Amino acid sequence: MPESYVNLLADLKEDEVLKLTKKRIDSGEDPMKILEDSRKGMEIVGKRFADGEYFLPELVFSGELLKQVTAMVKPHMSGKATQVKKAGKVVIGTVAGDIHDIGLNIVDFMLDVNGFDVTNLGVDVPADKFVKAMKDTKAPVLGLSGFLTPAFDAMKETVEALEKAGIRKNVKIMIGGGQMDDEVRKYAKADAFGKDAMAAVSLAKKWIGVN
Amino acid sequence: MAWAGLSPEEKRSERFKRWLSPPAVKFSSPQAGKLYKDRVTRFAKALQLQKPDRVPCILPAGLYAATYAGTNLHTVMYDYDEMKRAWLKLLHDFEADTYIPPALVPSGRALEAVDYKLYKWPGHGLSTNTLSYQAVEAEWMKPDEYDALINDPSDFWLRTYMPRVFGALKAFGQLPPLTSFEEIATMSFLSFGLPEVQAGFQALLEAGRETLRWAAVVGEVSQVALQAGYPGIMGGLAKAPFDTLGDTLRGTQGIMMDMFQRPDKLHAAMDRIAPLAIAGAINGVNAANVPVIFMPLHKGADTFMSRKQYETFYWPSFKKVVMALVNEGILPILFAEGSYNDRLDIIKELPRGAVAWYFDKTDIFRAKEVLGNTACIVGNVPTSLLMTGTPREVKEHCRKLIEVCGKGGGYILAAGANIDEGSPDNLRAMMEAVKEYGVYR
Ligand code: B12
Repeated sequence: MPESYVNLLADLKEDEVLKLTKKRIDSGEDPMKILEDSRKGMEIVGKRFADGEYFLPELVFSGELLKQVTAMVKPHMSGKATQVKKAGKVVIGTVAGDIHDIGLNIVDFMLDVNGFDVTNLGVDVPADKFVKAMKDTKAPVLGLSGFLTPAFDAMKETVEALEKAGIRKNVKIMIGGGQMDDEVRKYAKADAFGKDAMAAVSLAKKWIGVN
Repeated sequence: MAWAGLSPEEKRSERFKRWLSPPAVKFSSPQAGKLYKDRVTRFAKALQLQKPDRVPCILPAGLYAATYAGTNLHTVMYDYDEMKRAWLKLLHDFEADTYIPPALVPSGRALEAVDYKLYKWPGHGLSTNTLSYQAVEAEWMKPDEYDALINDPSDFWLRTYMPRVFGALKAFGQLPPLTSFEEIATMSFLSFGLPEVQAGFQALLEAGRETLRWAAVVGEVSQVALQAGYPGIMGGLAKAPFDTLGDTLRGTQGIMMDMFQRPDKLHAAMDRIAPLAIAGAINGVNAANVPVIFMPLHKGADTFMSRKQYETFYWPSFKKVVMALVNEGILPILFAEGSYNDRLDIIKELPRGAVAWYFDKTDIFRAKEVLGNTACIVGNVPTSLLMTGTPREVKEHCRKLIEVCGKGGGYILAAGANIDEGSPDNLRAMMEAVKEYGVYR
């Protein structure tokens, strides 16, 4: 059953997934196992996205499905969930003055299904908030998203703020989103530009040393 | 011959004639009149896949005039004299091929009067030095409201959508459907007597008065530009039905859920919206006396959906709008924001010379190969280069674009997207490039 559960989720069969989730809960199965299976299903979704088989609508829909499953399972969990082992920490966010988050959320999704512990600071994030998050999490990788031309300066300011705080050398910084490219990477003095969420994953893997 | 009896080509040629010789414009000098005709001819030829005297250029200066003139968007949204000063300065300082009047600088006071919630702008939800206003993407229409929209869009707008996006019109939710006025109407008047409903109408009246003041200034600037010999190239704006729903009604998240959970409703809603978009666009073009309409395309780009989803959800109703405009003799400039690399062979199916494709991040050289014989190509100096590069680098990039895309005509040089600030020398470099490298012999 878990096998087909994973596949049903990966195939985005809403009704079947929800029915089966209920059945598994009612039969008294360990809720953690259900969550673990949904994680596996999401991993397949991520893989299909990377392969160009799935697109944004599928990610959105699978995210919504997962939310429903989690909401059903949660009340049956005793104590707190044991954290699944993660590949490493990454902080991401859209820089100050920019509120585009569709690309950011895809990056979040893909890092997450690839095992990273992601702290998503959301949109319009001021430089000092990035600095604080890097200090608090001690994450070695920072991903800056931005879609607007004014975001060029916001990225530059964010990198400078990390320098000022004395933690720039501990952090690898990647940038991406809409109007960004390698020119902007140079301008902002970041370490790499990534053209899509798959690039974010491989950069994080390279820097953190996972394969 | 009556308008309705003309073929699409005849209609287009009529409209282009009127663009070339605008009836109400008194040019400031014979020279200005000649320059106007030269410029219109340059665009008209390029747009219709012919070879003009040289490659025309559209500068990426939507709201740029504000920072260029040393003021900012906040100021010009509230101070129309400053708006006029800034826009006229830009007009006179660049010898551009076309001119974009400040019609896209909304009146801050009109928006405030109705407490507009769909947008934030500098000084209203954004810091006063922010360079652009910003759409607020949210679920302004709920998933269970498709039927209301489909059955009666105007009613849905008046009593559901407007009360949400205009804080001052919140009480319009209490109005009766206007179709309730029948026979000896009695109760139908009732909600119009409520103080909060009346306050809503007062707010609309105020927004209207303010807009008249604003429009007088925008109109004056447009006239000055025309008289000086600078034609407009945007007769209006129109959107693809999928984007109307995805941008300002359901939001990206919402519409993508609908693709799975209620695809039939989504299709029905797009079919319902298409004729509204068409009628609005034709009215705009007629009023502006410019036969070209600009359609910014958002959520059908490569990274938003698969090819199959594009063909199922985006293309059919979009094509319907485009073809209706083409059949009215209007030439749409279709602005593919993001990239359209995986759509080139689909969009190729539109009739030859009927539309222009404006590219942002698409591989424009490939686009020229695939589409060059069927549509005018517009684009695509990267904004990153315009913002961080030197004039020499910009000019060099333009040279390459002109050499490849300009071959044989049917090309307009433009940037991938508008810039709101940055070095004016980089914009001048674009103009220099078309003059130096873009001349056809
Ligand atoms: C959707 C959209 C919006 C929505 C945003 C909704 C949301 N919740 O995000 C709304 C309507 C709110 C909006 C508002 C505005 N927008 Co807008 N918007 C777009 C649009 C159409 C799509 C952007 C998008 O989400 N793409 C989808 C993603 C999935 O595609 P993607 O970029 O390929 O994503 C990948 C990569 O970017 C990468 N990536 C992303 N982040 C990161 C980070 C790292 C570290 C890495 C490695 C990779 C990475 O991974 C992603 C997944 O593979 C673009 C045009 C376009 N098509 O690009 C304009 C665009 C970005 N917007 C633009 C503008 C001007 C605006 C507004 C100012 C317009 C206005 N007047 O309202 C406001 C500004 C708001 C603000 N302050 O941010 C301009 C920017 C031009 C400029 N010169 O700056 C664009 C380019 C349109 C244009 N051509 O003019 N917008």
